[in-house]
Amino acid sequence: MSNSLAIETQGLGRIYKLRGSKKEKRKELVALQDVSLTVQRGELFGLLGPNGAGKTTLIKVLTTLLSPTSGWARVAGADVHAEPNLVRPRINMVSGGESSGYGLLTVKENLWMFSQFYGAPSKEANERIEALLEMVGMKDRMHTKSSDLSTGLRQKMNIVRGFLTDPEVLFLDEPTLGLDVGASRDVRKFILEWLKADRERTLLLTTHYMVEADELCDRVAIINKGRVLACDTPSALKQRLQKDVTFEIETSPLNGLTPQMMESQPEVKKAALTDIEGGARWKLSLVEESALARVFNLFAQKEIKVMNLNKRQPTLEDVFVDLVGRSMAEEESNEQSAG
Amino acid sequence: MQTSTSWRSFRMAAWLGWLIESNWTDPFLFAIYSIVKPLSGAAILVIMYGIISGGNFNTPLFPYIYLGNAFYIYVGAVMTGVSWAVVDDREHYKTLKYMYIAPIYIPVYLLGRGVARFITGSIAVFITIVAGVLFLKVPLHWAEINWGLFFVTLILGVVMLALLGLLLAGITLTVARHEGFIGEATAGALYIFSGAVFPLDVLPEWIRPIGYFMPTTYWLELLRRSLVGNVAQAFPTLANFSNLQILGILLGLSIFFGVVSIWVFRYCDSVARERGLIDRTTNY
Ligand SMILES: Nc1ncnc2c1ncn2[C@@H]1O[C@H](COP(=O)(O)OP(=O)(O)OP(=O)(O)O)[C@@H](O)[C@H]1O
Ligand SMILES: [Mg+2]
Repeated sequence: MSNSLAIETQGLGRIYKLRGSKKEKRKELVALQDVSLTVQRGELFGLLGPNGAGKTTLIKVLTTLLSPTSGWARVAGADVHAEPNLVRPRINMVSGGESSGYGLLTVKENLWMFSQFYGAPSKEANERIEALLEMVGMKDRMHTKSSDLSTGLRQKMNIVRGFLTDPEVLFLDEPTLGLDVGASRDVRKFILEWLKADRERTLLLTTHYMVEADELCDRVAIINKGRVLACDTPSALKQRLQKDVTFEIETSPLNGLTPQMMESQPEVKKAALTDIEGGARWKLSLVEESALARVFNLFAQKEIKVMNLNKRQPTLEDVFVDLVGRSMAEEESNEQSAG
Repeated sequence: MQTSTSWRSFRMAAWLGWLIESNWTDPFLFAIYSIVKPLSGAAILVIMYGIISGGNFNTPLFPYIYLGNAFYIYVGAVMTGVSWAVVDDREHYKTLKYMYIAPIYIPVYLLGRGVARFITGSIAVFITIVAGVLFLKVPLHWAEINWGLFFVTLILGVVMLALLGLLLAGITLTVARHEGFIGEATAGALYIFSGAVFPLDVLPEWIRPIGYFMPTTYWLELLRRSLVGNVAQAFPTLANFSNLQILGILLGLSIFFGVVSIWVFRYCDSVARERGLIDRTTNY
């Protein structure tokens, strides 16, 4: 294992052939396009993107479930398309938001069976199962038939299944989808602990929760419409926007001041305005913080009172807006109306 | 390493299949399923035969039909059982993709899933035959049974059926809709073409070659011969062949279909990966 890369992709692409009704011509859908990424061993890597961005498709390619239509990918040192049998013993995968598993088997039986498929000694496997269930707070449900579990608990069981085989590279597709706040927090904590216990472990997760990506991931790739738009640490991604300083200012009524007038100031890059009760809320991008003085001058000239002032820290959401030109929510509703 | 991979795939699949198959909360229902169902199937056939033949159960045709029908239970159990595992895991339990990325041999796993059906099927076959002997005078005489031939044929046939199941499993994998239908349709077709309940001579001449090409035809013939020797020879279809010749044909066809099945499965497997069908669910 001299290779320090856990995941490496080059020009990876995937096109789905869609079969509509017979009259309709066959359409093609580009789900992934020219994806080139590298993930180091020991990294927690996040794929962030709206619905339909291609996150699950990428995971399916990387876990050998789906062949790419162009490019190549290596996971744990082996080619996912040509050498799936070398990749599979080293990985595992969990999809959130679905309840898989054999409902008539107990939690423990479900997990034990999978451990046996990976060739783990039975006794060790049982100890591990108990320890992991303990960690996610499910030990008391060990002998419950999995059909009797709530959706959230089933998902936790599934997550335990992923960790159980101690993979070199673990893929989690929306692991916290559909979980309540507490359970999501448990899962995130669990992920971090698992990674901390062994620096060689690598984890790739997808999410469309900005905060989750920001809080958890060492590096994040922002993906939209099958393309990777940016890939860096969350702080470096936000740093890109940091050059501009953003303020949110609430004021009394405007007395004729327009966003255009505001933007005509040399150090004001962008001014956006929304009405609020008894006044207005400005969102201003300034070249540097000192430009705030000019803005206040302008307000004073028009006899506008400043009621509230906030310096906004950029979020990954802002990074997304900057890259795509729209918010992730807008992108998703657009995707839905198109599809 | 390779044998241990195969072995754990098979062993765990058989374990899982057995838990699924025997997981009846109510033992009474389980008994109904595994005893009453095959018996009532046989009863329908017997009644139909009785009406058509005017109540004459003393012809060679009656044991021919009765035994053919009884052993045909294995086709529905083993062949359909193996292919059904794909539908079950993909649609119902949503675990097929997790099986796929596990370090196991999927074909061996699917064959293992058929073991439980083989066991319950064997019980059904046994009960059906015992009922036939006790109540319907199926002329089965302990001393005349060719046990060696019987067990060799039975085992060879079950392996053959499991491999045919693998072929169907491959096709099932590439079909995203109505996939449950494939196993049933094939089992139905084989029922007609393999001389299960009537000799092939009854079929129009141009259809018979299909029957001659099916290993099940020779399998059922040999099972009948091993159990009720002379009765089975009353029909012209295969009368010219000795037991050993038929066994040879059965072996040859089984190997042929076995190779084809494995080849088809591999091909379908790569098609399924190509098209992204391994985790496809239709949400029926
Ligand atoms: N089997 C398939 N056949 C055809 N098109 C597909 C298939 N699977 C996915 N797609 C399409 O490919 C695109 C990417 O889908 P994918 O599931 O990878 O997105 P995603 O980023 O995981 O989205 P989500 O956040 O909703 O899970 C979508 O437009 C989707 O409709
Ligand atoms: Mg997805």
